[in-house]
Amino acid sequence: MNWIEIFRSGISTGTVLLIAAIGETLTERSGIQNLGVEGMMLVGAMAGFKVAYQSGNVWLGLLAAIAAGGLLSLAHALVTIHFQADQTVSGLSLTFLGTGLALVLGDGLTGMTAPVIPSFTIPLLSQVPYLGPVAFANHNLLVYVGYLLVPLSWYYIHKTRPGLHLRAVGENPAAADTLGVNIYRTRYLYTFIGGCFAGLAGAAISVAIAPGWYSNLTVNGQGWIAVALVIFAHWNPWRVALGGYLFGVLRRFTLDLQGPRLLFGLANPFFFNTNLVFFLQMAPYILTIIALIWGSSAARKKRIGSPAALGVPYQRGERGL
Amino acid sequence: MRAISPIKDELMTFTEEPNAIPAVEMRDITLRFPGVLANDHVNFTLYPGEIHALLGENGAGKSTLMNVLTGLYKPQSGEIRIHGKKVSFNSPRDAIANGIGMVHQHFMLVENQTVTENILIGLDTPHFALNLKKFDHEISDLADQFGIHIDPTAKIWQLSVGEQQRVEILKILYRGANILIMDEPTAVLAPQEADELIETLKGMAAQGKSIAFISHKLNEVKQVADKLTVLRRGRVTAERMDLENFTRESLASLMVGREVIFNLQKCEQTAGREVLRLEDVSAVNNKNLPALRNVDLALHEGEILGIAGVAGNGQSELVEVITGLRECTGNVWLEGKNIANKPPAFSISHGLAHIPEDRIGVGSAPNLSLTSNIIMKRYDQKPVSQKWQLDYVAADSLADGLKTEYDIQAPNVQTQARKLSGGNLQKLILARELSSAPRLVVAMQPTRGLDVGAIESVQQLLLNQRAQGCAILLVSEDLDELLSLSDRIAVMYEGHVVGTICSGDFDINQIGLMMTGTIPQDLKSPSSVEDSSGSNENSSISAPSSRFDEVLDHVKSFEESSSPSEEADQSVTPPEEPSEEDLPPSEILPEEDPELNLSEKERVLRKVLGEKYQQGDVE
Amino acid sequence: MKIPYPVFLKRSQDAPKWMPFVTSVGAVLLAFIISGIVLAATGANPLKVYSYFFKASFGSWGAFSDVIVKATPLLLIGLGCSLAFKMRLWNIGAEGQFFVGAFLASAVVMVPLVNLETTPRWAIVSLMALLGMIGGSLYGFIPGFLKAKLNINEVIITLMLNYIAVLWNNYWIFGKWSEAGFQMTKTFPHSAWLPRLADYAKEIPAFSGMTAHAGILFGLIAAVIVYLIIYRSKWGYKITLIGDNPKAARYAGINIAANTILIFMVSGALAGLAGMTEVSGVVHRLQERISTSYGFSGVIVAWLAKLNPFAVILVSILFGALLVASREIQPSGISFLIQGITLFLIISSDVLLKYEIKWVRPAQETAQ
Repeated sequence: MNWIEIFRSGISTGTVLLIAAIGETLTERSGIQNLGVEGMMLVGAMAGFKVAYQSGNVWLGLLAAIAAGGLLSLAHALVTIHFQADQTVSGLSLTFLGTGLALVLGDGLTGMTAPVIPSFTIPLLSQVPYLGPVAFANHNLLVYVGYLLVPLSWYYIHKTRPGLHLRAVGENPAAADTLGVNIYRTRYLYTFIGGCFAGLAGAAISVAIAPGWYSNLTVNGQGWIAVALVIFAHWNPWRVALGGYLFGVLRRFTLDLQGPRLLFGLANPFFFNTNLVFFLQMAPYILTIIALIWGSSAARKKRIGSPAALGVPYQRGERGL
Repeated sequence: MRAISPIKDELMTFTEEPNAIPAVEMRDITLRFPGVLANDHVNFTLYPGEIHALLGENGAGKSTLMNVLTGLYKPQSGEIRIHGKKVSFNSPRDAIANGIGMVHQHFMLVENQTVTENILIGLDTPHFALNLKKFDHEISDLADQFGIHIDPTAKIWQLSVGEQQRVEILKILYRGANILIMDEPTAVLAPQEADELIETLKGMAAQGKSIAFISHKLNEVKQVADKLTVLRRGRVTAERMDLENFTRESLASLMVGREVIFNLQKCEQTAGREVLRLEDVSAVNNKNLPALRNVDLALHEGEILGIAGVAGNGQSELVEVITGLRECTGNVWLEGKNIANKPPAFSISHGLAHIPEDRIGVGSAPNLSLTSNIIMKRYDQKPVSQKWQLDYVAADSLADGLKTEYDIQAPNVQTQARKLSGGNLQKLILARELSSAPRLVVAMQPTRGLDVGAIESVQQLLLNQRAQGCAILLVSEDLDELLSLSDRIAVMYEGHVVGTICSGDFDINQIGLMMTGTIPQDLKSPSSVEDSSGSNENSSISAPSSRFDEVLDHVKSFEESSSPSEEADQSVTPPEEPSEEDLPPSEILPEEDPELNLSEKERVLRKVLGEKYQQGDVE
Repeated sequence: MKIPYPVFLKRSQDAPKWMPFVTSVGAVLLAFIISGIVLAATGANPLKVYSYFFKASFGSWGAFSDVIVKATPLLLIGLGCSLAFKMRLWNIGAEGQFFVGAFLASAVVMVPLVNLETTPRWAIVSLMALLGMIGGSLYGFIPGFLKAKLNINEVIITLMLNYIAVLWNNYWIFGKWSEAGFQMTKTFPHSAWLPRLADYAKEIPAFSGMTAHAGILFGLIAAVIVYLIIYRSKWGYKITLIGDNPKAARYAGINIAANTILIFMVSGALAGLAGMTEVSGVVHRLQERISTSYGFSGVIVAWLAKLNPFAVILVSILFGALLVASREIQPSGISFLIQGITLFLIISSDVLLKYEIKWVRPAQETAQ
């Protein structure tokens, strides 16, 4: 097994989760839980691929994906912020809606080829032993964008004025409201941004990491894994990155397990019984469950909670009489 | 000075200082919420450098009026002038820009952010990047200017309630506010902390700040305010009055507008055998910090044990441990059964009734019918329970009976609980809890937020239970309520029971002291904690009748001093003659009058305690 | 950018009794209209599509029988979801529970657990139904337990379990139970088939070719039972109480953790039973594609029916029709789209039931 390659492509796969999960982190920090990431990613993947295919310009595709994800998320924002609907149900219907839209509008795209995001190697950095070939060699642009997103989003959340407001809105909207922070606007904004990130993550699959449109198999549950990752990461971008890349690597690792005849010097069962591959395919989902269990018990121990107002609609004036 | 008689709906007006420009001038403010006229042509004027009290009962519209001033609500009519300039606020931001800031009753703080971060929320500077260090310094300097002690880098959840309040004040000062609104600021403080706050406020007024001080405590208003406006049911009943013109009685009648006689029928009776005993009970709160520390308590038949303490000193946890809603160590014996760490169902089946603090969040299912709420604890008993089925007909008739018996105002028993008013919802909960003939009633803040009439009926219901031999644990932050209802009062501080006082020895000063964690030596008598060691015949619990009369007198005199008394109300007409002011309750019981002694004693105590307090005194 | 607070929501007094019905029907109609617009945008003629829809599902008794076949699993799953949602537990895992139920039911034939030659048909079918329910409820236990004991988001867990269940089934049909290398098991013997209308074609010729099977009876019985549970039983009272205010329920001495697990297991059992009816009543074998997202559609069915068991019957027939029609329609996502829009409209319309909406104009505020 080629460990360098496993890690390299693991980072690449993990980037998808990373982008979607950072978007969702921002959304949830404002107090809105959007479970529709899967739907938004599908729409993003479809829009990105379709526009890139039709226009021949992958950058336009990327923009379309971002816009599509963002627009779809506004439906969730409207229903949960203004109509105060249950965020779980709304997120779920967003997934249906996104899946439906992507399948209808993406009809006939299967099997086509579209331009992809260019890959390149970063000089010097790629020379660093081990790390270089894994992290800086022959990656597409979005992977490098992912590297930047992590510190930037962390800085934004913790060290800037808008970030301060974002945290305040998610923790204690009433307090932020009395100080003149517009709760609805903030929540709309970050729900929209989360949608844009999800759309971008979808496009990261369809025009960069695994180019092509394979109907709803394109995303195949990664949106849900991203949502789980946010909980596992305790709403912290650094932990999102850690979890996302780890996930990518493990996923790639399980796929590569089928390759060699010998595994650690023993006969590789996955090589000799191809049906066992289904168990390998289960790995990401089982891992997600384990990560959730582990993440939630760690959070309990360290007293890290979700944003206090997560999932709670804010309405001014009903109280205080 | 001429006071016009405050007959019910007639307005008392008094104008002065025509030359100065008021800091705040609100004219004819009207605000209607669905179903409620919260403010009805209300006027309010506040001059620079003055502390102006806004007095009124719960729901009189004080907070609403101030929320209009802070831009949170928009009035349907009326105008606001700030320093003579007409303004219209669309959001709190506009009010802040005009130098108005409010300290809400429930603190508006983000728990996991630092003091500085909380203060910076909503400001335009810094524009993007936060340089917290720089702002930490600025805030320290500002705090020093007004004599406020706070660590700007501390997270809010690490601070005490008093410190959190200081953050709120700083938040406003930092915004350059010169008009401060304090919404019942002392409600959450111990008496000594409250004095400290009042000193701070007076200091700020001396530096030219204008302060609106919302309160429903008559004593406190007399202590702090220069001027007074009284609201009753959304209307002004006295505007910009000088406080010298008023006695407590006349204020009370302005505030309440009708005769209020606390005519509670509390019979003398001796406590019976032990019902509840806590042995060495400890528990942690939701943040996993110790909330109860080695608590020992005993409670007997026909006895009301009051639990006094500043909010957040373990009272909620104590109640939750007894009612099975929180895990603990140690033993909780109810009628000889250890109910510690048993599920709530167990203690319910052994005769425990619980009147929870949070009526809407815990005590009821808001979207379910009155019937469904009534049967919450007896759906598993005959006649409501029929094998696997629930007999809704029997349930409805049960609910109907209780609705009549407890006078719950609702169209019918199918009405959803959320449509009931606060008082009726509380009656519903009492009906459910008390109709099951409980052995022990645990009541937490049973009268908070209710109007006067409802308070009285709730208190009477508790006393009736006591007369029937029920043991009652009454947790309240209203000292008056505790003093008038309890047979014994246990004071809690930081999870400890600091001491227990029998009704004969009630002394508001001492209780106030104990609420800040001091154990007065003279209280370490057989009547304190140690009496829980068991003997039912303990004389201090069953007070001899002669002594009991004294106690009643004492309690009564206290009530008279702090709430409207009969004399005041006999004359629905007003206290015209200022001479009545000179007729303080001290005449009735000169030595015991709490208020007279209070100021001097406490001033001394505060000095001592204030120091101790800042050293982080934890026993 | 300035977004004011344009709407003022006020808790309404009693919404009229017919409101939920009107909003549900309105949501469906509106969903069709919006989907029509999307269809038109893709170049199709929505009217043609919809008339084809109608013909394909209600055009003949045979077509209607197909609708019933599709409605059967939806009904069972919708009922299970209704129960769970009543307690505000978001069991999105019906799909997985369905597959595990189908798997265990198939095990009766494939292992085989009984002698297929000698055991009477009713016994085999009953055993399959029982195992289907056990399979579903065991699979429902996992998210129920994690929710009850560790308070882990059940939506994500149930979704992950869906993927796992499908892969687990794949392992068996591709491997151990594969019929000559095809991705399916052998056809079950007749003794493991749920009786269906076509079986009685000799007696009643009109039934010939009709595939509706006895599974619908399971569904109808289950509807009655779920109705009795929710509206008549003490347990239903507890569920309702927990659903409305868990803190109040805990205060009233109700064991929330136990009920969470129990509800998940019952909900799972119904989904598992649906899986059993599908293998025993429709395809007569275990194969890869036995579900066209029944698990997800069941969620919408329950929501559209406002968790009322009898309304679930009607709604599942409507959605059965949608599924029948969409089999033959391109693009394939159209039924998903309609479902998604419907669900969105339904939750949006809930606001009409709970609140009166008033638009606040800035001008109004500074009257006088």
